[in-house]
Amino acid sequence: MAVPANVETTFLFGRLTLDAIPKDPIVWATFVVVAIGGAALVWALTKYRLWGYLWHEWFTSVDHKKIGIMYMILGLIMFVRGFADAIMMRLQQALAFGGSEGYLNAHHYDQIFTAHGVIMIFFVAMPFVTGIMNYLVPLQIGARDVSFPFLNNFSFWMTAGGAIIVMASLFLGEFAQTGWLAFPPLSGLHKSPYVGVDYYIWGLQVAGVGTTLSGINLLVTILKMRAPGMTMMKMPIFTWTSFCTNILIVASFPVLTATLVLLTLDRYVGTNFFTNDLGGNPMMYINLIWIWGHPEVYILILPLFGVFSEVTSTFSGKRLFGYTSMVYATVCITVLSYLVWLHHFFTMGSGASVNSFFGITTMIISIPTGAKIFNWLFTMYQGRVRFELPMMWTIAFMLTFTVGGMTGVLLAVPPADFVLHNSLFLIAHFHNVIIGGVLFGSFAAINFWWPKAFGFQLNQFWGKVSFWFWVVGFWVAFMPLYVLGLMGVTRRMRVFDDPSLQIWFIIAGIGAVMIAIGIAAMFVQFGVSIWKRNENRDLTGDPWNGRTLEWATSSPPAHYNFAFTPVVHGLDAYADMKDAGAARGQGKYLPIHMPRYTGSGVILAGLSTVCGMALIWYVWWLAALSFIALVGYAIYHTFNYDRDYYVPAEEVRLTEEAHARQMAQGA
Amino acid sequence: MSTPSTQPAAYWEVEPHHHEDGASTNIGFWVYLMSDCLMFAVLFATFGVLHGSYAAGPGPKELFDLELVALNTAFLLFSSITYGFAMLCMARDDQRGTLRWLGITLVFGLLFLAVELYEFHHLIHLGAGPQRSAFLSSFFALVGTHGLHVAFGSIWLVTLMVQVNRKGLIPANKRRLSCLSLFWHFLDVIWIGVFTLVYLMGMI
Amino acid sequence: MSAHSHDHDSHDHGSFRGYVTGFVLSVILTAIPFAVVMGGGFDSRALTVLVVIGCAIVQVLVHMVYFLHMNSHSEEGWTLISTLFTVVIVVIMIAGSLWVMFHLNTNMMPQMNHDLLPIGPQS
Repeated sequence: MAVPANVETTFLFGRLTLDAIPKDPIVWATFVVVAIGGAALVWALTKYRLWGYLWHEWFTSVDHKKIGIMYMILGLIMFVRGFADAIMMRLQQALAFGGSEGYLNAHHYDQIFTAHGVIMIFFVAMPFVTGIMNYLVPLQIGARDVSFPFLNNFSFWMTAGGAIIVMASLFLGEFAQTGWLAFPPLSGLHKSPYVGVDYYIWGLQVAGVGTTLSGINLLVTILKMRAPGMTMMKMPIFTWTSFCTNILIVASFPVLTATLVLLTLDRYVGTNFFTNDLGGNPMMYINLIWIWGHPEVYILILPLFGVFSEVTSTFSGKRLFGYTSMVYATVCITVLSYLVWLHHFFTMGSGASVNSFFGITTMIISIPTGAKIFNWLFTMYQGRVRFELPMMWTIAFMLTFTVGGMTGVLLAVPPADFVLHNSLFLIAHFHNVIIGGVLFGSFAAINFWWPKAFGFQLNQFWGKVSFWFWVVGFWVAFMPLYVLGLMGVTRRMRVFDDPSLQIWFIIAGIGAVMIAIGIAAMFVQFGVSIWKRNENRDLTGDPWNGRTLEWATSSPPAHYNFAFTPVVHGLDAYADMKDAGAARGQGKYLPIHMPRYTGSGVILAGLSTVCGMALIWYVWWLAALSFIALVGYAIYHTFNYDRDYYVPAEEVRLTEEAHARQMAQGA
Repeated sequence: MSTPSTQPAAYWEVEPHHHEDGASTNIGFWVYLMSDCLMFAVLFATFGVLHGSYAAGPGPKELFDLELVALNTAFLLFSSITYGFAMLCMARDDQRGTLRWLGITLVFGLLFLAVELYEFHHLIHLGAGPQRSAFLSSFFALVGTHGLHVAFGSIWLVTLMVQVNRKGLIPANKRRLSCLSLFWHFLDVIWIGVFTLVYLMGMI
Repeated sequence: MSAHSHDHDSHDHGSFRGYVTGFVLSVILTAIPFAVVMGGGFDSRALTVLVVIGCAIVQVLVHMVYFLHMNSHSEEGWTLISTLFTVVIVVIMIAGSLWVMFHLNTNMMPQMNHDLLPIGPQS
């Protein structure tokens, strides 16, 4: 066990002592691997003198495209960590039968399932979604950047800071053992006295600031930066779903922040919001956190609904069927997602009237989602469907997500939920929608827009290997969990008594291994594609015969996106342009007004991360110092009025002419 | 699709499309305020649910001093109108007037904070600190968060006074003053909720 | 958006008249509930609550109009739409939480004194 019994607090190091280093051999082995890998990375970056490049071209960049790519990289790195947790759980549950304790002790196992949930939602799914929106929204609306470019950079680094805090818990102290939403009283000071829950709180708070600000930023970008002629009902559908997603982010992440602040006060100040003493009410925490938690589900899935819409219409060579109904369905989901939160805790005991209200609203919210599925099917109907990788992921999504949605409707019936609550059926359900929706959607997006972002196509063969292992692996891994859930097996169990259950866990474990192969194949796909990039160049900027404005730029787009501002006349603006023979703008090049790169975002987020770590370890002097530095630096930053510059017309001309030559070569 | 005018020029704006500098700032800040509003909504909801959980400790009638609250409300209201006057001076490009009214606003803001600190100190001294009961926890969280906002607004106000003093009423500074104006008046709106639901309703 | 509409666009700083009107209305709307409550309230508790809450709602609107310069045309109406959306979410959140938690307490902690719980009449 890694928890020191009585931690003494010193002034200099707070409660950080040598005992904080975990003694677990598994953690040690991981640490050695990470340390060697990290050292190799640092060595390579130093040897090839890449630090300056990284700092000047990426870390300090306010270019929405680079920030989007950094979000995706962060998501991929954290995905590997989250998946490592997943496969460890599968192995533990497949082994721990017949008196065997498996290979993980309770303290370690409990941290793993908590970390898996937290990382997969906050540091994988959220960066994927934010990254895709960041990259695409300005391009799709014909803008040169987001409304607040500096804020965008800062938001990314706050998200990265949160991820760093969560990762630090692996080697220093412990992570929470409470499950991914840290329900009190288990997450209270009495039951979780050590640093685990504090890591959870500060990791999410730092990342949460980033998410909220990026939500505000993208929301305003869509409101204010659209190209001339692009009215709301002429926006590409992905931009529409991003718009609704960012509304949800802005209107729900503050709820998470405030709720976690109250939990923090309980733990640090000794208040009684969620305690069992002096009038506190733990169920209030559960109520509040799900007011955030349900919209969060739609924050994750809505942008991918947009991705699937774009992919379906592009690869069917048709307009999206029922654009208007798609928009209204998205808006309905946005509002309704605030009316269903109690279905996560029907068993709390609010009684029949409350439960039936929330059961019915939950069933209602499935209607617009179902409408979307039909829209995609009708878009494909009578289309000339090209089964490229993005389309394959989309079709896998439709099949998988529909099943996940159906089991969700089953859970929406309160009496059924009383039986299935906290069972593996629930686990299978939400993995069915999150993997089938968010992950498959992210993979479709990566395959679809990779040529836009990097100028070359992804390898087809390894992409297909990854696809089939992923999809088949998913079904093999999660169908047994539905069965187990119906048999009454609850979630988060470490050991089992009933030997008849073991076979199902072994099958699920085999599925997890298949998914692991799928993930490995995906990284091979990236590697092979980068290695052989010259064979798969995208010279035209429009490899899929796309329909929206991002395809009107070169691949990769110039840092100013558009030399001329596009004018929009209808839906599918770029398809219109191609029909009219006006795919490229012509005229005299003019200087372009662009924001300057700045290191302030890295510094501010770095100070926030230090402050978070100091608070976790009760190093009060460092917390105070870094907080004052944070405020001081933020004020100092506002004294810098010189934040933009003009790209010379000559540079624009050279860039655009190079692209024109490339296009001529590709055509 | 069937646009009548199909000449290429109709699809690309060759003339520079001039986005006004900071055109997004106002709506962006407004959206931020809306998100802040939801944070307060959580605190109000928590207070609503826990406001009767005295845990055999003191309740509002033993603790609150309405005269003090009325005084504080007056400070905030005055600060609102003085900030308004600062904005009117700003619209006339009257830098000295702007700075003067901002200074007066700051004084009212600090007075508000002083009275609130006194009240908190007094309550803790009585043994009615935030640890005493869920009611007091939620009271301190709600009122304290509002107070922290006012404190943050005051720091911002000082920063802006320095910046206006240095750079004058340039467009960037005007935008910043408009944002702080929204922030300041927004805090006043939240305070209406606080004095009504926490203090007045508690005393009825 | 043409470049000439800026006078009525985002740079609406109000007028002296507007601020003073808002201030006077606010003072009145603050004084009434304070006076009522400090004077011991009406005989009917419900009436007192109604007056206090009513004044607060009207005063919030006064602040929105005279101090925050809300109107239906600023930022192409998005200011108003975002505010209305926020109000809806806030109402759902607060009313929903009170409703849910009240039912929870009634069902799960029937031994407690319900007079002290939310919504119910007090002492």
